[in-house]
Amino acid sequence: MSSNLTLRAGVLSFVLFALFIAAWHIATRQIGAVANMDPEYAKLMGLTATTGKSAMPGPFDVAAKIWEHLKNPFYDRGPNDKGLGIQLAYSVGRVMLGYFIAVCVAIPTGFVIGMSPLMNKALNPFIQLMKPISPLAWMPLALYTIKDSAVSAIFVIFICSLWPMLINTAFGVASVRKEWLNVARTLEVRPLRKAFTVILPAAAPTILTGMRISIGIAWLVIVAAEMLVGGTGIGYFVWNEWNNLSIVNVIISILVIGLVGMLLDQALARVARFVTYPD
Amino acid sequence: MFKNPFDHRNRLSRSCACGQHASQGEHEAALRAQSAEIATNTEATYENLVAETVLRQMFPVDAHRRAFLNKLGASTAAAAISSFFPLATATEVFAQASALEKKDLKVGFIPITCATPIIMAAPLGFYVKHGLNVEVNKAAGWAVIRDKTINKEYDAAHMLSPMPLAITMGVGANAIPYTMPAVENINGQAITLAMKHKDKRDPKQWKGFKLAVPFDYSMHNYLLRYYLAENGIDPDTDVQIRAVPPPEMVANLRADNIDGFLAPDPVNQRAVYDGVGFIHLLSKQIWDRHPCCGFAASQEFVKQNPNTYAALLKSIIDATAYASKAENRKEIAEAISPANYLNQPVTVVEQVLTGTFADGLGNVVKAADRIDFDPFPYESFAIWILSQMKRWGQIKGDVDYQKIAKQVYLATDTTKLMKEVGLTPPTTTTKTFSVMGKTFDPSKPEDYISSFAIKRT
Repeated sequence: MSSNLTLRAGVLSFVLFALFIAAWHIATRQIGAVANMDPEYAKLMGLTATTGKSAMPGPFDVAAKIWEHLKNPFYDRGPNDKGLGIQLAYSVGRVMLGYFIAVCVAIPTGFVIGMSPLMNKALNPFIQLMKPISPLAWMPLALYTIKDSAVSAIFVIFICSLWPMLINTAFGVASVRKEWLNVARTLEVRPLRKAFTVILPAAAPTILTGMRISIGIAWLVIVAAEMLVGGTGIGYFVWNEWNNLSIVNVIISILVIGLVGMLLDQALARVARFVTYPD
Repeated sequence: MFKNPFDHRNRLSRSCACGQHASQGEHEAALRAQSAEIATNTEATYENLVAETVLRQMFPVDAHRRAFLNKLGASTAAAAISSFFPLATATEVFAQASALEKKDLKVGFIPITCATPIIMAAPLGFYVKHGLNVEVNKAAGWAVIRDKTINKEYDAAHMLSPMPLAITMGVGANAIPYTMPAVENINGQAITLAMKHKDKRDPKQWKGFKLAVPFDYSMHNYLLRYYLAENGIDPDTDVQIRAVPPPEMVANLRADNIDGFLAPDPVNQRAVYDGVGFIHLLSKQIWDRHPCCGFAASQEFVKQNPNTYAALLKSIIDATAYASKAENRKEIAEAISPANYLNQPVTVVEQVLTGTFADGLGNVVKAADRIDFDPFPYESFAIWILSQMKRWGQIKGDVDYQKIAKQVYLATDTTKLMKEVGLTPPTTTTKTFSVMGKTFDPSKPEDYISSFAIKRT
C-alpha cells in the first residue's frame, strides 16, 4: 500500500512537471511579429527586437545552458568570471563560516537564557528587537564599521542566523521536564554534568529545529548579501547575469540556489533524526 | 641571478620572452622570484640585465655574439658598447622603474563603457607595461565602490567625476581627502526613453515622468537636471528623478517602472538592442566634451605610494590615449565585452565605441564622437560640478571652488605624466566651455548659479 502510494505520488509529480514544462514552452514560443527592418539596422539589434523572440527563455534554452554549465563548472577566467561550481563553493563557504560562528554563540547563550529566568526576562527585549531586522539593513552598517566586505558578508550571515537558534535553544532548555531535573537534583548531579547529560539530550530536538530554520535563513541571506557586495559567490553570479539581462542564467541560478538550500536543510534534518527520542 | 652576458660560454636562448628560460611558464615563475630579489639585489644585477638586452639587440644570432666576445674579451666589449650606448644611464632608469612600493593592486570598476581605459588596461597589457600586476574587480554599485575604496579593499577605483569631490567635502560620506588625477571618458552618455514615448520628443511634454540616473552625485544627474531646467521643467517638482544602478535600468524600463533615463553606455544601447527604448539625445548635445567618469584614489594612497601611483596613472593615461583612437575601438570592444568585464554582447559595446549605432527608431546614426577618451582633469570641470551641487542644494554655504578643484583634480600631476608617456598635455588647467549654448566662466561660479531661473539656493 505504502509503495503504491509512493509510486502514485511519483507519477503525479512527473505529470505536474511535464505540464509545467509544456506550459512554459508554449508561453515562450515566438509570438511577436517579425518587424520589417533595414538589414543594416537589423544587424545592430538583438533577437528580441528583430525576430520577435520572447525575452523570456524557453525550457530548452535553459536546459542547453545548464548542460554548458555542467560541462565546465570550475572554469576561472579572471576575477570577475568564474564557473558556477566555484561561485557555489564561495557561497557555501561563507554560509558555513557565518553559521558556525552563530552556532558557537547561540547555543551557549541559549543555555544561559534557558536555565536562568532572570536572564531570560532581561535579554528578551533585545532579542525581540533584533530578530526581525532584515539582513540587508545590516549591510551598510557592517561595511562601514568592519571595513571589509568579505567579513561583512559573514557578519550578516552570523547576525541573521543567530536569533532562531538562540530562541529555540532557550525554549528547549527552559522546557525540559521538571521531573528529570528533580531526579538529577536528588542524585546531586553537578550543574555542568546536568547541563550535558540531562538538559542537552532533552533539548536537542528543539535546538536542531532552530538550527534548521537558521541554515535556511543563512542561505537566503547570502544571495542578497553577495548581490550587494559583489565579487564572488552565487549572489554575484545572479547580479552579473542580470547586468547582461541573461534571464536564462538567472533561472539557472534560481534552480541551483533552491537545490543547495534543500541539500543543506536535508542534511540537518538527518542530524535531527539522530537526536530525537521517543517520549 | 643573471648569467653574465659578456661570458662567451653562456647561451642566451630565445625560447621565452627574455631568452633565459626553456618555456614561457618558467620565465614567469622566474620573474616572480626575481621581483622579490630585485629589491635587495645590487646594481650589478641591473647592469647585466640591461647589457644583456642591448647585446641581444645588437647580435640577434647568439653565435655571433659569442664570437664577438671571444675576440674582444668581456671587459673590452662592455667598454666598446658603452661608448655608444649609455649602459650606466639605462641601468639607472631600469632600477628606478622597478622601485614600486606596491606591485599587486586591486582596482574597482562598474561595468559601463566609461570605465573602458581602466578595464582594457588589463586585457591589453597596459598595467603590465608599467610594471604593475593589477586585478580589476567589478563592483555592484557606486556606494559599494566608494565604501570598498575607503576601506582600502581597492587601491584605486573608477568613480563618477563628482564623487571624489563629494567624498572630499564629506557630502553623502565621511570627509576623506580624495584625488581624481584622470578623467576617463568624455561624452558617452545618452537620454533613453521607453518606446511608448516615441512621439514625445519635446521635454516640455515630460511632466510627471519618472526618470532614472545612476547616482545622486553623478554627471548624469546634473546634466539631466540642467537639460530639464533649460526646457522649463523643474527637476524636483515636475518629474521624479531616482537613482537606479545602471544594470537595473533596462529591466526597470522594460517593466514600465520608469519612463526613461540619462545613463552611461552600454545601458542606452542595450535598451535599444532589446527593443525596449530609443535614444532620445546623446549627452554631447547637451555639453560637447563633458567629463563623465574618473579614475580616483585616496590622497593617502597617492602620498604613501608615489611611484606606484605614477605607474598606475601612466598606465591609465596610456590606455586612455589608445582608446581615443578610432581605429582601436573595435579591438577594445572585443576585449572588454566578455563576462569578466562588461558582460554584454560585442555588437552593443561596438556600437557605443565606434559611434555607428541603431537609435531604436529604425535609423542607423553615425556619431564618431559619441564617446571619446581624454584623461586631462580640467579644474574648470570640477568647478562646474561644484556649481551644480550648490545649485541643486547638495552643498550649502560658502564653497571654496578653486581650492577644492585644485586639491581633488590633480591637473599638474596629469600634465607631468602625460609628457612622460609622450602625449601633449594642454597648457592651461582651466578652460571655458558652454553647456547648451550658455558659456561657463570658471572664475565666477556664484554668478553662474544665480543666473539660472530654476535653482534650490
